Order: sequence, then C-alpha cells, then structure tokens
Amino acid sequence: MSEALVATQAAGTGPALPAASGARQFWRRLWTQRAALVAAAVVALLVLLALAAPLLTAIEGQDPTTYHPSLVDSARGGVPVGPFGGVSGDHWLGVEPQTGRDLFARLVYGARVSLGVALTATAVQVLIGVVVGVAAALGSQWVDQVLSRLTDIIVALPLMIMALALLAIVPSNFPRPLLVALVIGLVAWGNIAKITRAQTLTLKGLDYVSAARLSGWSTWRIARRELLPGLAAPVITYAALLVPINITVEAALSFLGVGVKPPTPSWGQMLTAADVWYQAAPQYLLLPAGALFVTVLALTVLGDGVRTALDPRAASRLRVGTGRRQEAKATAPVATEGAS
Amino acid sequence: MNGSRQGESPSLVEVTGLCVEFGGLRAVDQLSFRLEGGAALALVGESGSGKSTVAAALLGLHRGTGARVGGSVQVAGIDVQRASDDELRRLRGGGAAMVFQDPLSSLDPYYAIGDQIAEVYRVHARGSRRAARARAVEVLDRVGIPDARRRSRSRPHEFSGGMRQRALIAMALACEPDLLIADEPTTALDVTVQAQILDLLHALREETGMGLLLVTHDVGVAAESVDEVLVMRHGRTVEHGPVGAVLGAPAQSYTRELLDAVPRVDAPRAPSAPAGEVVLEATGLRREFGRGKRAFAAVDDVSLTIRRGETLGVVGESGSGKTTLGRMLVGLLQPTAGEIKPGGGVRPEVQMVFQDPVSSLNPRRSVGESIADPLRARGEPDEGRVRGRVRELLERVGLEAAHYDRYPHEFSGGQRQRVGIARALAADPRVIVCDEPVSALDVTTQAQVVALLGELQRELGLALVFVAHDLAVVRQASDRVAVMRRGRIVESGPADEVYDNPQDPYTQQLLAAVPALDPGLAARRRAARREPAMV
Amino acid sequence: MTRLAGFVLRRAAGALITLFAISVIVYVVFYVTPGNVAQITCGPRCSPAQVHQVAEQLHLHDPLYERYWHFLQGLVVGQDYSTGTSVEHCPAPCLGLSYQSDQQVTRLILTKLPVSLSLVFGAMVLWLVLGVGTGVLSAWRRGRLTERLLTGITLAGVATPVFVIGLVLMIVVCGELELLPFPQYVAFTDDPEQWAWNLLLPWFSLALIEAAAFARLTRAAMLETLAEDHIRTFRAYGVGERSVIGRHALRGAFAPVIALNANNFGGAVGGAVLTETLFGLPGIGQELVHAVNVVDLPVVVGMVLVIGFFVVIANAVADVLYAVADRRVVLT
Repeated sequence: MSEALVATQAAGTGPALPAASGARQFWRRLWTQRAALVAAAVVALLVLLALAAPLLTAIEGQDPTTYHPSLVDSARGGVPVGPFGGVSGDHWLGVEPQTGRDLFARLVYGARVSLGVALTATAVQVLIGVVVGVAAALGSQWVDQVLSRLTDIIVALPLMIMALALLAIVPSNFPRPLLVALVIGLVAWGNIAKITRAQTLTLKGLDYVSAARLSGWSTWRIARRELLPGLAAPVITYAALLVPINITVEAALSFLGVGVKPPTPSWGQMLTAADVWYQAAPQYLLLPAGALFVTVLALTVLGDGVRTALDPRAASRLRVGTGRRQEAKATAPVATEGAS
Repeated sequence: MNGSRQGESPSLVEVTGLCVEFGGLRAVDQLSFRLEGGAALALVGESGSGKSTVAAALLGLHRGTGARVGGSVQVAGIDVQRASDDELRRLRGGGAAMVFQDPLSSLDPYYAIGDQIAEVYRVHARGSRRAARARAVEVLDRVGIPDARRRSRSRPHEFSGGMRQRALIAMALACEPDLLIADEPTTALDVTVQAQILDLLHALREETGMGLLLVTHDVGVAAESVDEVLVMRHGRTVEHGPVGAVLGAPAQSYTRELLDAVPRVDAPRAPSAPAGEVVLEATGLRREFGRGKRAFAAVDDVSLTIRRGETLGVVGESGSGKTTLGRMLVGLLQPTAGEIKPGGGVRPEVQMVFQDPVSSLNPRRSVGESIADPLRARGEPDEGRVRGRVRELLERVGLEAAHYDRYPHEFSGGQRQRVGIARALAADPRVIVCDEPVSALDVTTQAQVVALLGELQRELGLALVFVAHDLAVVRQASDRVAVMRRGRIVESGPADEVYDNPQDPYTQQLLAAVPALDPGLAARRRAARREPAMV
Repeated sequence: MTRLAGFVLRRAAGALITLFAISVIVYVVFYVTPGNVAQITCGPRCSPAQVHQVAEQLHLHDPLYERYWHFLQGLVVGQDYSTGTSVEHCPAPCLGLSYQSDQQVTRLILTKLPVSLSLVFGAMVLWLVLGVGTGVLSAWRRGRLTERLLTGITLAGVATPVFVIGLVLMIVVCGELELLPFPQYVAFTDDPEQWAWNLLLPWFSLALIEAAAFARLTRAAMLETLAEDHIRTFRAYGVGERSVIGRHALRGAFAPVIALNANNFGGAVGGAVLTETLFGLPGIGQELVHAVNVVDLPVVVGMVLVIGFFVVIANAVADVLYAVADRRVVLT
C-alpha cells in the first residue's frame, strides 16, 4: 500500500523507473567510457576477423582443414618442422602439431565458431527467457506458479552438466556448432526469465501503466507500447553479459571433446592437446588461450559499459572512485532538484 | 568531552557567509545566522531552497565529497571548516547530533537498535560494552519506547515508523549533545505520530536545555517547535526573525506568498455550486489482500455516493485503505464484495489523477502522446482532430500547446501533474478520482493545482473524489468529507461540519494533531494534548 | 524463531518438489530420445539378445509413466536386475546399471564422489576467503591505486576460462618451475598431507575465477551499501571509517555473497568437471565426460541427478542462510 508520500521524498528516487533515455543518450553515455570504447573496438575487430575469415585465409593461401604431413616431423611425434613451430610465409602463425593444419586459418575460423555459437545461444536464451518472463508476470496466478517453478528448476540445473549430458544423446548427424548453440540456449535461459518477470511486475505496478489501462487500451497493446520498451534496458544489459559466458561455455565443451568436433576448428578444442606441445610449439597453446582471453575480456568490459550506459544510476555507484561522490549527493538531495 | 568549549564562543552555532557549491551549482549562497545555547531555530523553505545542505554543513558532512564550502561555520566552539578529522568526529554526535527524515533507511537494517545506539555512544564516551548497552536502554526508555530493555534487541523493521523516529532521537540523546539538528524529522510520518514526535522534542529540550535546529518545508511544524524562523529560497535568506513576527506579520512578499499557499485546516472552503444528481454510488465495498492466515481487508464495508459538480474528500493516515478505495472506484481493482453502481443507468467515464508525477507518465513517450491515449483508444481516426484536442487540453490546464512533443523529464513536478490532469480530461470523464494529487508538490504548487481542479470542476460539472492524507488540503478542496481508518469510514458529512464539530474520537484526535500556524495556539494545543494519554 | 523454522520447512518441501521435477524432466529427456534407447544404453557392441534384455530391464515396452515409476521405485527402495543366469540386487538409491562398464551406477558414483567433494569444497573455502577479502580491500581503498589494480586483476580473472588458468598454472608451476609435482589424487583418509598438496593446484585453478566474481560482487554490494542513508547516519555520529566499512558496509554485502555462492555453485560444479579432466583427477566430472563420450546413458542420467541433488541442496541451504542473515526475507 503506498500512501502518504511527502513533498521532498518524491522528487528523487522512484522505483526502478526507466530513465528517459532513448538511443541517442545511450550512445552518448557509452561514448564517455574509455574502457568500453576500447573493448567495443576490439569486439568489432574480432567480428570483422570472423566475417573475413575466408578472405584472409585466401590471401594466406591456406584453409583450416588441409593436412600438411610434410610440415611435421613424424619421427619426433609430429612436432612442426622449422623455427617457431613452423612459422613461414605460407603459414603465418605456424602449423598444428601432428596434422600440420594451418594455425592462422584455424584461429580465424575458430573466431567464427566462437562468436557464432555464443551469439546464437544468447539469442535463444533471450527469446525463451523474455517470453517465459513476460508470460509469468502477465498471466494468471496459475501460469505464474508453473512458469516460475520451471524457471527455478532451470536455474538450479548446472549449465555445463546439462549441456554435456544433452550433447551425449543427440544424433551425430545434426550440425554440431548449431547444436551446441541450441543446447546452451535451451539450458541457460533461467536468469533472463527471472529478470524479465521482475521488471515486468515492477512496470506493471507503475502509474503510467494504470493510466494506459484507464485509457481503454487492450492488454496486448499495453504490453507492446508501455511494457516492452521498459524491458529493453535490463534485457540488453543481461544479454550483453551472457555473450562472454556463452563463449566460455562453448570453449569448455569443445575442450572436453563434446562440443564442436573436428575438423571444424574451435578455440577450446585446440587447447585440448595443447599442454603436451607447449615446449615444442608454444603458440599452439598461447594463440587460442590468448584469443579466448581477449575476446571474453573485451565482451565483459563492453557488457559493463552497456550496463553503465543503460542504467547510469546503479552503475555510477559501481564505477571506480565514485563511491564518495555518491555519498555527497545523498547528504544533499534537494540541492539540485528544481521544483516548479 | 564537552568542557573545553565553554567561554570560547558565546553562541552555540555561528554561521557567517556560508556558501556551498556542487559542481558549479550554488545550493547555499551567503547565508549567516546564529543560534544561542538552548534556543530553537527553524530553516523553512521549499524543495531546492538549500535548507538540508545547511544542516549537513553544520556537521561538516560535505568534507571529502567534492562540494565547495565557503564562509565560516562554528558549532559548539569548533570551527567546522578548519577542524581536524578527529575534532570533527568528536563534534558529530558528541557536540551536535542529527536526526534524519526517513527513520527506516537511516538505521542499519541488520543490527539491533540498542546495539546501534551503543556503538555511537562508545565512539564518544569510552565506556565498556555493557555500560554503552545500559545507556542505550536508558535513552530508549527516555524517548518513550515501552519495555525498552527488550525492545532494544529489535531490528529497525520490527519497529513502527514513529518508534523508529523515537529510536533515532534516542541515538541523538545518547551523548548529551548541546545541539540537535533535525532534518525534516516528521515528514515521513502520519499526522498523529508527527504530533507525538514534536511533543517529545519539545519535552526533551525543556529537560536537557539543548539547542534545536529544525529543517522543514512545513510552516506549521516550525510554528509548533521553535522560537525563531529563517525562511530560505534559492540558497539565500528571505526573512529571519522571531516565529510570531515572521509568521504573524511577514515583511517579505515571498514569505507572504508561502503562508498564503499553506492550506488552513480551520478555514472553510469557498462555497461552490450546489451538487447535482448522483453519478456513482458504492455500497458495501470490501477488498481483501493476501490469502489464508495473512489475508486482511484493506477496505471494509465502505459505502458512499458521488454527485455531479461536487468534491468528496477522503482523508486518512497511511494504511487506512484510501488508495485502495480510489483504485476500486476507477476500476483498477476489483472489489472482493459490494458493488459500484452508476447513478443514472449508464456507467459514467471515471478517470484518475495519480500521486507520483514521475511514475505516472511514460518517460519514453511525449506528453502529447500520453494525453492522446484515451482519444486514440476509443478509435478517433482523424490525426488532426486528436492533435487539436490535445493542444486544447494542454492550454486548458495551463501549459502551452507547443508542449505536445516534449518529454516528461523536461517538466517540473507541478507541470507533470497538470499533464496528468489533461490526460484524465481527454477521456471526457464525469468523475475524476485524484489520489494524493498534490502530496509530492511544494505548497505554492499545491495551491495552484488545487485551484485548477476547482476551476475545471465548475466549468465541466465534474464530480471529484479527492483522496489525501493532509487534512488541511482536503478541507481546502472538498465539499463533503469521509474520514477513513483501518479500511472503514469512521465519520462523513459536509466538510465544515466534520472539521468544525467532529463527532468521532479518531477525527477529533486527527484534527488536534494538525500543526497550527499560530505559535500561541500551538502551545495551548500541546498543553491540551499532554493531558489525555496518546495511543 | 518459529517463523524461521516454518521457513526452513517450507524451503525443504520446495527443494523436494524441485528434485522430483528434475528427476521427471531428466528421465523424460534422456529416455525418450530419438533412436533405439536399449541399443544406446547397452552400447554399440551388444548382441540383439543383450539389447532385448536391456529393453526388458528398463521396461521400455511399458508406457512412459510406468517406466518412470520403476525408475523412481529403484531410487527409493532399490531394485533387482535379472541378468538371465543370476539376480543382481541394486540397493536403495538405485540409479540403474551401466551396461557398458558392467557396474551399478550408484556404486560407481560413490567411489568417485570423495574426489569431487574434496575439490569443490576445498576450492569454495579458497574462493570465499580470496574473493570477499579482495572485495573488502577494494571498497576500503576505493578511488585509489590499490582499487584500480585489484579491479583490473579481478576483471582479468573473470575473463579467463577455468581450463586456461588451469593449463597455465600446471605448465608454469609443475612444468617449468617444478614447484609441485603433477597432481595425483591421494585420498584424505590415506594421507591428509599429500591429499592437500596434490589438490593445491586444482583448488587454485577452480577458485581463482570464482574468487574474481566474488570480489566484484563484494565490492559492488559494499559500495551500494555505502551510498545508503544509514551509512550517512553513522558518519554523522562520528563513527570512524574502519567501523563503517568493516561493520556496516560488510554486513550489507553478506546476503548477496550467500546468494551468489548458491547461484554459482552449479557453475563451479561445471568448473570442477573441467579441472578434473585437466588434472586427471578421478572424480565424477571426469567420469561424466567419459560417459558422455561413450554415450553410457544410465551413468549420464545418474550423474546429472546426483549433481542436481547437490545443487538443489546447496541452493536450499543458501536460502536458509540468507534468511538468517536477513530476517526481513522470512516475513515476505
């Protein structure tokens, strides 16, 4: 029951009110964050690299799947021939031990797989999560009970374990990267459904939604016009944080040998055997590990940046060094509020 | 720890040329005042006047925050600007203690109240844990917490709002400060609880002889509590003098304006046109929330009639069920029992004006689009006609037609409330339920919005239901009044009758608790309140 | 107190329902797969006769709910399997037989469980201590160089996959510096000291990433608390920074840390699978990967149920701890 709120209180902090943002303000806020900008540039570069993989390998004159037995020394267990693990004008980053496949080609095609799988999985998660969350919040009490319980179970099931187990039973003729993406998407939509439900309930309680109901609009129209735009910010924020997680999960599954299977290249899969070769061909370990690290780091920083840009109030407390400034505002709340 | 400062400075507080700037914005500008030991001063102003900033500056709370503070502040013999961090810490709580507005958020939710008071006590008086705990129980007992020893182990959420504010005052008392700074101490409280807290502050001052600096937006609260008033606006002093003089015969036009805008609980409403036919009739309304053991009725067996051209005021404290009643009348909530019947066959269009001007408008849509909603929803196909009608409505509520394409955040609170009224009007309603329409606004804005509603009512023959907690505002706005308590209507009738000759004991108690603008009357009422024991 | 007891009861009932629902979902998902379940279960080398026997034992000819009923019966009271010549009894929490390794799944899991528990709980202590400690330090030194450094380190930690950090640790510590031998699991009951030495690296591999997440959360929660009104109260009463941070702000981070620990527990179990595989620890994670690779269906289902059981229990315990940490939860 909200009653008797008084003069000075109402001006400042309401419920989780969506800021009067709009796309332009979002970009402006993102623009002011140096770290996020650098991260965005790195992500853009990675996406470009992945998209241009066929072109780049064509320039190099290689492809990711051809074996080059002549480039590895089978007498010594398959160590690449030549300095630095077989680096040459033909093979810019050397070749894979044992098989002699071109490392550069496998790395850039691996980026395709990593980003493709992660983005597809995120799309699946967002789709299921938003539909379930909105349905739970707007549906009858019974629908809400069932969907919330289901969401709880999905959250409780460990993603890696379920993905591992599911990958065991699906027939092997299904395209593997798509399968991995679908499995990750189907198993890990719980948190996004929870966030969506909570935000929808908050929005539903806001007076402007009540006002829209009094105007005579249908429920569907209210959901579309008044609720969905308010969901965009939290959903985008969480989705941005999901992408790097999905990249890690894909790499982990492939590392365990149940994700993307050879001959399709994947960074995680490249690391499976890397520890044996770290002395003879260190770049075989360092390149995919480094690629994973840079990609996940850039996406995480970008995700933080997106959150800051979409919810400056919550994020300003989390940013470096602003703790004290926030406290100042708390002690002088009325100073900057202009009344009519 | 209090000894050294005697004789150094004759005044308890001496502020000279105080300026506070936040990132280029001057919140306080060249403010000077002094407060003698044992005296009481109120800083009165509307939101944005800088009054709370002054209170924070007295304890040096701006230190290290990036705010620029100029001028000199002397409190209890300490130069707050130049004091070392240690000196400042000794001043805070030891020499001068602060009581904040929202008692729930001002206490740590995780620790027992007694422990929090003991912690503060031990910062200043280096006693044992046990002694500190004993002191906590003692001061809790002093501020009127029943069974203080046991209740000192409770956490803040286990206390009611009034008890929490008492606990905060107990914390302030713990180290026997010379000065109590109270920043809107009763703003979050119901009117009867407010009266109790103000009485408590008064009694404590008499007993301990401490000085009081009260920060408030409510002139009535100031009149009840202090000897001197300083009226602030835009960070500057408007008028400063004894409370009787400033409130009785204000010298400045702004002070007069402010006083004129304050609604009087004892002034009858200007007579309005006679009420017309019944447009809405509610009988036996009941609404329950929760299920099973936790079920309770927010509204219980409420019947009322609403007539054309008339305003029905619904007044009650928090939790009385008045908001639930309003939402049932417009159809946002379905009653558990009872029915709402139209007066003349067809159900009249009922619209609502909401309390919070921030959340009642979609921040992503222009105000024109929001106002146009009811027109579009009923299928008006002609875009030009829709826009024309919206422009007309904008002008009717005192805004400009060109504001159509602006967004809510570009407007002040009062303007947003006008937009909300325009949106309600767009549906051509015969009844408008206003749920606390002015409680988030400053008094001068409040008066304008109430006047606008009155005008519209006369012009359009609207029936209004005016739901509010503020007794004075309700009297200013209503022809008939219903007083609610715990979901029921305890008394109803013509406004003048209910206010001038209340029959129900609860109504009497409510009216007795409203702060009076005349300090003399306030003192007499306080004496009267002291006799019967309060609940 | 009684209110808390009621909450615990309700939460325990909720956990039971969840467990039941998980068992239904897992059973349906895995035993209603496309393809010949009996053939998959038995393994590629089985003769048609063996496959037929497996189909009998799994009641594959019965309707789905009856099959599930048999499965549930096995879990609660045990089950007998006739192998044609002899009858094998599978006692109470019976998760079925692994036809490929010719073992009872429950027994298989029980032999592997101590390894995984040692790994996960040891690492949990480490990540809580490291993570919360780092978070407190960052909040305490906010706005200074220390905080910026720690923020950078934790960010790098969050961005590094478990198996990458494990690989690097193994190569650097065991391979290059030879500070520790390559880990070989030694049971705690055999030799506690060797147990700890051998698990040191796996613990760190698993804990560092989790610790980074906890550091970020603790810092964020503490900064959020520091912006709250009640902190202003204590500042205005001259309470020093040490007490404000160590007593009030830290207390505010308590509940979120418990919640994250529950939420991340499932993730940490996933991390444990990777760690076990990487370091060759004979835990259930390694066994699960093996079972997935050879499609040993009863083992996969059993593992998923056992891990699900631990995660659900961990969540329930966390909820109760949360309620103890913040009594207001019980009221809602």
